[in-house]
Amino acid sequence: MRIHADQEKCCGAGSCVMAAPDVFDQREEDGIVVVLDAEPPAALHDAVREAAAICPAAAISLSD
Amino acid sequence: MTTAERTASPDALAVPAARAPGCPFDPAPGVSRAAHEEPVTRATLWDGSACWLVTRHQDVRQVLGDQRFSADAHLPGFPFLTAGGREILTGGTTFIRQDDPEHARLRRMLTADFMVRKVEAMRPEVQRLADELIDRMTDGRTSADLVTDFALPLPSLVICLLLGVPYEDHGYFQERSRILLSLRSAAEDVRTAQLELVDYLTRLAESKQDRPDDGIVSRLVARGELSFAEIATMGRLLLVAGHETTANMTALSTLALLRNPDQLARLRAQPSLVQGAVEELLRYLTIVHNGVPRVATEDIVVGGRTIRAGEGVLCTINTANRDEDVFPGGDALDVTRDARRHVAFGFGVHQCLGQPLARVELQIAVETLIRRLPGLRLDIPFEDVAYRSDMAIYGVHSLPIAW
Ligand code: HEM
Ligand code: SF4
Repeated sequence: MRIHADQEKCCGAGSCVMAAPDVFDQREEDGIVVVLDAEPPAALHDAVREAAAICPAAAISLSD
Repeated sequence: MTTAERTASPDALAVPAARAPGCPFDPAPGVSRAAHEEPVTRATLWDGSACWLVTRHQDVRQVLGDQRFSADAHLPGFPFLTAGGREILTGGTTFIRQDDPEHARLRRMLTADFMVRKVEAMRPEVQRLADELIDRMTDGRTSADLVTDFALPLPSLVICLLLGVPYEDHGYFQERSRILLSLRSAAEDVRTAQLELVDYLTRLAESKQDRPDDGIVSRLVARGELSFAEIATMGRLLLVAGHETTANMTALSTLALLRNPDQLARLRAQPSLVQGAVEELLRYLTIVHNGVPRVATEDIVVGGRTIRAGEGVLCTINTANRDEDVFPGGDALDVTRDARRHVAFGFGVHQCLGQPLARVELQIAVETLIRRLPGLRLDIPFEDVAYRSDMAIYGVHSLPIAW
């Protein structure tokens, strides 16, 4: 799994950080998403899929 | 389009619709029925004008996730619940009722303050405030009104700290918030309350020029990109949204748990459930109970119906949060459910900015209340509880409790 987060679309509400704190964080200066691990281990895939599903701005896309 | 075309047919559902007596946690029957039978349906507003109700989870996410549905209350066709509501939305606009790019520009001045890591760091302070309030509430007493002694002061103290607003003034801004949020307020009273709040915050912002502090208002002033009036309007949004919502969620959650003793017992037995329980309470109670308003700027198909440019839409997030396809058995409160896909904070780029803060406050409030008050009970008959059906944010007007 490969994660791409679109920082232009992101509205910084932090839902992804709540769903997958090991994979997503927010930039100190403006709360916009940063991906900590763009190719996370399989054990985190469910959490990442949940994060992508609840992201209100459709800013997280996943590819294989 | 002519006004005649915007007038609803006589049999369209009138909103806001009344809840069923005895079912204070459930959406109004008329709206629930629509969600089952005709998920995208026509409704009539207070002034006789028509709008669409979008009731299902998937459709609500579509509408709120598509910026061709505008949040700009100045556009013709934007749906208002009351004449007073129109005053709030049109007077002193800030980003909650603006579209991108202006919305994003303003919102991004605040996102750092509400990001998960910053808000999580506030836990010890919020916990201290919660404990102090409970100490004071229980000192020599065995009963109290949960709203005035705990549910309201906790988020009020926190948002004051964050903004740099003196908490001593809470009587002043709470009274004006109440007028703004009451569906019964006359338009003139809403206008006055709104001007007074903006005036108050303008003076506060001006005072930060000479005496800067670490609060949000002071930092917005120091940034030098916004006028005092713009800062005051933003401050008003944060002040009102920042305490009324969490306060009502706290009191209504307490009542819902007391009404579902099996759920309360589960939570007491396993306090680590609190995080998920708060998501479930947000879903089940959905205190933004009259829908999230938008207006279409193009013709767009939603749930098989075409919504035309210039038509208003209310996304009823309370019915979306009971959608059986997403939350099976959703009419029941279940603190062990995975409720994270709820839309109680809205969806799309306007999704609640304060949600990390609301979560921390609610988790601490619920956990602390049930831990510190093992004998917690309602002090009046359930039938006598006064609900905020007359307010934009649902909840209870007061909650007499004993322990
Ligand atoms: C349980 C508590 C809360 C609930 C249920 C709630 C609900 C909502 C909803 C449904 C929206 C979307 C409105 C729309 O799309 O038109 C929203 C937006 C907003 N909320 Fe909250 N809220 C809560 C707590 C808070 C808190 C604590 C703050 C803190 C200051 C806050 C600040 C805001 C702001 C600034 C917006 C506008 C965001 C934007 O337009 O980009 N809310 N809230
Ligand atoms: S959930 Fe989406 S919008 Fe929110 S911080 Fe993460 S990427 Fe940004």
